[in-house]
Amino acid sequence: MLELAIGIILGSCALGAGIAMIAGIGPGIGEGNAVAKACEAIGRQPECKGNVTTTMLMGCAIAETTGLYALVIAILLIFVAPGRLVDILMSTIG
Amino acid sequence: MENNPRHFRTMDIVYLLMMILPVVAGIILKILTYPQSEGIAISGARVFFTIKMPLQDLPITESQINSWIVMISVTGLCLYLTHGIKVKADTKRQHIAEWIVENAEKLVIGNMGEFFLGFAPFVASILALSAFSSLLSLFGLYAPTSDINITAGWAILVFILITYYKMKCGPLMYLKSFGDPVKFLAPLNIISEIATPISMAFRHYGNVLSGAVISVLLATGLQGLSSKLLGGLPGFLGEFPLLQIGIPAVLSIYFDVFSGCLQAYIFAMLTMLYVSGGFPAEEYFRRKASDKQTV
Repeated sequence: MLELAIGIILGSCALGAGIAMIAGIGPGIGEGNAVAKACEAIGRQPECKGNVTTTMLMGCAIAETTGLYALVIAILLIFVAPGRLVDILMSTIG
Repeated sequence: MENNPRHFRTMDIVYLLMMILPVVAGIILKILTYPQSEGIAISGARVFFTIKMPLQDLPITESQINSWIVMISVTGLCLYLTHGIKVKADTKRQHIAEWIVENAEKLVIGNMGEFFLGFAPFVASILALSAFSSLLSLFGLYAPTSDINITAGWAILVFILITYYKMKCGPLMYLKSFGDPVKFLAPLNIISEIATPISMAFRHYGNVLSGAVISVLLATGLQGLSSKLLGGLPGFLGEFPLLQIGIPAVLSIYFDVFSGCLQAYIFAMLTMLYVSGGFPAEEYFRRKASDKQTV
């Protein structure tokens, strides 16, 4: 019975981490759009290449934030949560 | 001023040693205290020892030690570049130091305006500390920026600066800025105020940490693959890490060098934008001008 409980905890943590990383789609699309527009802008005005590139990198880094929140949650679920939950389970069983 | 080349040469060596010795000491410390484990493991910063404190125990971790290494090295670099400077630059290192200072001031003036010129040393030091902390992983040491506590400390410092500059026109003006543009949006404004340091800390830490995790995963995968490929061969050849040569270095160029420097630049850039954006410039200068008129 204990093995089953620990198995459910580990499996749920892994599933949760996988589901959390769906958030990676958003920044992917957003950054792709940003880079596409930057390419267009450089194609139209090649003399602004430096400015466009730095602004694009800034924007990409800010768009990345939501993805990184998901990443942090996934890392917590994989490396931190199982140990904590198993400890709680053990202490409740005694 | 008397020119004494021999004195300068000994000081050069002292400062160069100040740059290099902390990193060497860190590597030796890591070799001596690294626990024996099977294969490659992903773990956080190791705790060396704990100091008993009245409220809460203070653990001294790898990331704290490594960030002190970076601080001492950067101080050594600055002293090496700037000692014995003259009015008319004649050494190579003085040209480099002047180039760094000029570029830092140009960056600050371009993004924050003339009023914030005093911010140039702060921004440059944040840039250097963050970039060198991330680059420390090139030496095989634990990068301090992949620990949330370090980046959160910097972000809280920046948050205090932002709040200080928002308070420049008095606390009433600060409270009023939450009701902008409409009164009932005040809760959202408070949330976004709190989210600023959190997102700054998580952005820097997440980028560096994800690079470290992916590098470790790739190294483990390549180890398994090469042992599958060459496992049948006898003796030394069976354990030869064929696929681990070169391939992780390509990822390291992106994750350690490019991403680390980019995150440092973004952290400094966001610091500048938030501080100068929160400052109520028009009101402050209007009051200053009216004060001058009354005096």
